[in-house]
Order: sequence, then C-alpha cells, then structure tokens
Amino acid sequence: MSNLIVMPMALPVLFGIILLFLRPYVKVQRGLSLLVFVANIGISAYVLHLIQQNGVLRLDFGGWEPPFGILFVADSFSMLLVLAASIVAAVCLIYSFSSVEPSFEKNFYYSFVLFLIAGVNGSFLTGDIFNLFVCFEIMLLASYVLIVFGGKKRQLRESIKYVIVNVVSSWIFLVAIAYIYGSVGTLNMAHIAERVAENGQTATLTVVSIVFLTVFALKAGLFLYFWLPGSYSVPITPVAAMFGALLTKVGIYAMFRMFTLIFYHEPQMTHTIIGILAGLTLIGGSIGAVAYKDLRLVASYNVVIAVGFILVGLAVATPAAIEGSIYYLIHDIIIKASLFLLVGTMIAVTGQTKMDEISGLIKNHPLLGWLFFLTTLSLAGIPPLSGFIGKVLVGEGAVEGGAYVLLALAFISSIFVLYSLMRIFLTSFWGETIISKDEEAPAKKGWSVAMCILALGTIALGLGAESMSVYVQDAAETLLNPQIYIDAVLGEN
Amino acid sequence: METLVTILAGVLVTVATYLLLSKSLIRVIIGTAILTHAAHLLIMVLAELKTGTVPIVGEGDPVDPLPQALILTSIVIGFAVTAVSLVLAYRTYQEIGTDKLDELRGEPDE
Repeated sequence: MSNLIVMPMALPVLFGIILLFLRPYVKVQRGLSLLVFVANIGISAYVLHLIQQNGVLRLDFGGWEPPFGILFVADSFSMLLVLAASIVAAVCLIYSFSSVEPSFEKNFYYSFVLFLIAGVNGSFLTGDIFNLFVCFEIMLLASYVLIVFGGKKRQLRESIKYVIVNVVSSWIFLVAIAYIYGSVGTLNMAHIAERVAENGQTATLTVVSIVFLTVFALKAGLFLYFWLPGSYSVPITPVAAMFGALLTKVGIYAMFRMFTLIFYHEPQMTHTIIGILAGLTLIGGSIGAVAYKDLRLVASYNVVIAVGFILVGLAVATPAAIEGSIYYLIHDIIIKASLFLLVGTMIAVTGQTKMDEISGLIKNHPLLGWLFFLTTLSLAGIPPLSGFIGKVLVGEGAVEGGAYVLLALAFISSIFVLYSLMRIFLTSFWGETIISKDEEAPAKKGWSVAMCILALGTIALGLGAESMSVYVQDAAETLLNPQIYIDAVLGEN
Repeated sequence: METLVTILAGVLVTVATYLLLSKSLIRVIIGTAILTHAAHLLIMVLAELKTGTVPIVGEGDPVDPLPQALILTSIVIGFAVTAVSLVLAYRTYQEIGTDKLDELRGEPDE
C-alpha cells in the first residue's frame, strides 16, 4: 500500500481549492499550480519505478479492503499516462502564463485547470467503475467551464453542444453501470473481471460491454466524433491543447481497461466491432483533415485520426499491437499538445484562422516554422521521432493478427496526416511574406519555451524508446494478463 | 413493484427524449435532468427494491446499501451539471440573443 498513488489526483484537487482563496494573487497562483504539476511528474516517475520492483500497487481508501471499498490501482499503463498527462499539463500551464488574459487568471482559470487534471489522473488511476464515472464527471465539469473561457459567441455556441452530448453520454455510462451492477453485483473492476471470467461472458454481458463501448466511443471520439471538431476548435489555445492531448485519451484508456481486463472473452464480437469503428474513424478523420482550411479544424481532425489508429491496436490485441498502442498513446498526448499550441500560436500571431490567409510565416518566425515541421514529421511517424516506434509495432501486430484492412487504413491515414499538415506548412510558412513584423501581434517568449519542451519531448521519446521499453512492456503484459491486475487488487496486501 | 418502477423509468426516458429533441435550450436542459433521474430509478430497480431492513449490523437481513450511495453521488453530480448548463444557457442567450438550438448552428463560412 502506498499513499503516493493518490497524490496525482489529491494534489490538484487540494491546490485547486486553495487557489480559489488566492484570487487576487496571480503570481502565487501560477507558482503553486506549476509546482503541483512538477511534483506530479516526480511522483508519477517514482511510482512507475516502484511498480517495476513491487508489481501493481494499490491504495484502499479508508482501509476498506476490496471489493468493499473504493481503491486506486497503479499499474505501469496508468502511471505512464499520468506521467505524460502531468508533463503536458505543466507545459500548457507555462504556455498559459504568457497567453491567457489577466482577467481569466483572476477568474479561477488555474483552479479549473487543476480540477481538469485531477479528473484525468483520477480516471487513469481508479480501480472502481463508479469512481471512474465520478472522475469523468470531475474532468467534464472542469472542461465545461474551461471551454467557454473568453465568452466569445462561437465558444458559447459550441459549448452548449459539447455539454449536451457529454451529459447524454454520461447518462449512458450510468445505465451501463446499473446493468453491470445488476448482472454481476459488484463495481470493483478486478472483482467484475474475476466474476465475468468465472461465470463466462454471457450474451447479456456482451450487450452490456457494447453499452460501455458506446459511452467510451462518445468520450474518445471513436466513430462518434461528430461533436469533437467543433468543440475542440473553439477554446483558447492552452485549453485546446489540453483537450486535444488529454480528454479523448481518457476515453481510450477506459476502453483499453474494459476490453483487456473485463470483456476480453468474446473478441470475435466486441473486438471486431472496435476494429470496424476504428477503421471508419480513420476514414472519417482523414477526410475531415484534408477537407478544411481552418487550422484548428485540421488539428481537431488529426485528433480523430489518432484515436482510430490507437484503437486499431486494441482491436487486434496481439502483444506487439498493444505495446505499439501504448507507445502511440504517450506519443500522441505529447505531440497533439504540441500541434494545438503551434496552431494556436500561428493564429495568435497573424490573427487569421484559415491557412490560405497566412503566408510566408517562416521569415519572421523561423523557430515556429521548424517546430511545426518537426511536429508534422513526428505525427507522420518518421524515425527517429516518437511516432515511429508506435506505428511499427501496431503495424507488426496487425500483420500478426491478419487484420490487413485495418493495417492498410492505419498507414493510409498516416499519409493523410502528413498531407494535411504539409499543406499548412507549404501554404502558411512558405511563400511570400504578406504580413510585416510590425503588423503582427508580438510572439512571447513563454510560447516558444513551451513548444520547445514538447519538441524535445517527442525527440527524447523517439530516441529513448529503448529505455522506455521496460515500462511499456510491463504495461502491455499487465493488460494482456488480466490475472496480474486481479491478483494485485484482490490478493493479500 | 419492480415492473412498475421499470415502466416509470421508461416513461421518464420517453419524456426526456421528447424534451431533448425540442428546439428550446431550457427544455433540453430539463430533459437531461429528467434523463439522469430515469437512470437513478434504473440503478435502484436493478439492485432489487426493498427486500430487507435498514443496512445496520444486527437489524436482521439488510437491503443492499450500495445503489443508494451511487444514486446519491449521481444526484449531486447531476445537480452540478444542470447548474452549469443553466448558466451556460443564460450566457448564450445574453450573447447570441436566442435560445433556439437551430439558430445556434455555425456560420456558413466556417
């Protein structure tokens, strides 16, 4: 039992509340919130190290032993995601310092960022399915507020749709929880997994699993991504980066947990459906990414493509594919934040949102241009950047599993990603410089610091894939052998 | 009793769906609130309605207290979400000057 596990959620909640009382002291707010995320990076790295030595860790709240109490479970998979989320949150915070208007900072902006991350980390760590619902809601409530920071007409209009879609999907989540409690009589994920394994995954349970799939597909944007481009393109830049990097990933995480731990007995049913949805997502996302000229919409459709790609790994479910999905998930958290920050900076500097209204940006902003180029290459999966290893492993897994259609779709979608971003690079960065330096809004130092950290992150993740592989392999092994997770939760402490 | 409450939950879902599909924003938000309550009834029914005494040790065969805890948590969350969405709806009405969903589409040039 390790009390450290609760910190990634407890620290943000605690400091989020403290910051409510420090409203006029913007500098203190900035310092404290950055401190929380740096502390979380340290804690999650340390816990990740502990897991390698001691196996999966758990923390029973109030000393109530599972399956009776609520608990947090930390395995390598969840801890890797917490680590990546903390890094991205810290970077987005650094970007916020120099981009967010002072009035937002006085109106609890940092508190809500902390609450959002608390919800994200809580969803990654919890071992109880109702607690997962609660953490989802914490995250979503914070995101409802963050999406309208600025109060522009467009933001309010899109936020209404975002809220209603999410409330309805939360309702489906509740119904799914009611069904699973009615059929297996427990809410602890490991306990559910054990009971499902003992009694067999009956037709009823498979139907329940599809209800869960619907919920997480709505949250992750797997095929049901109709709400995503609209709402991810309206918030202010650092918030959009956090949304694009983290919110869909929580849905993906939940799907991985559900369909590797609990509902893995009928893969010809559930995993086939996931595969079909992933394929359709790849197609739809690719069409969207090349169809629009609005920079933010292109970036949002790139999120959709990544969701499809990661879930190809889950649909195939061979060891290589799962490992590749984990690599790609971490890569995507970092690189999507980078993409949204870059696009947001381009729009902030020029005041234009469409790519053909921006031209020759590289003359005045060489760093921005080359960072964009680097991000493009990394998203397309060019070695030695971080997208490469994930794509290779997912591809390898798809060949092993004989899923050639998915393999083809996954790699064709990479070409669409490359095309959609190269188009931005060619039209907006190259060409004649139509806007002189004096007419532009000045770029601030904090922006490039934040984006450089993420660029270094993608290079480090690509070059250091070997040193990461211990953790990723352990994560994949726990996902593929649910008994490890079940024993860690239900066994003696 | 279970059948009756299940039917009630179904009626609530029907009502909520009707409200969700209407054009007025306030109706939609009330629809989401009713929808959540239908789910609460469902949780209660699926864990079986009152079959024993209060869940205190030594009071005989108790009912399952867990669904009540779940419903209570969910009611609180539903309350918060409804409050936030009402504020959002009001702000939207102030800014855009309409509460009709079909007038909240994007502009044609977007």
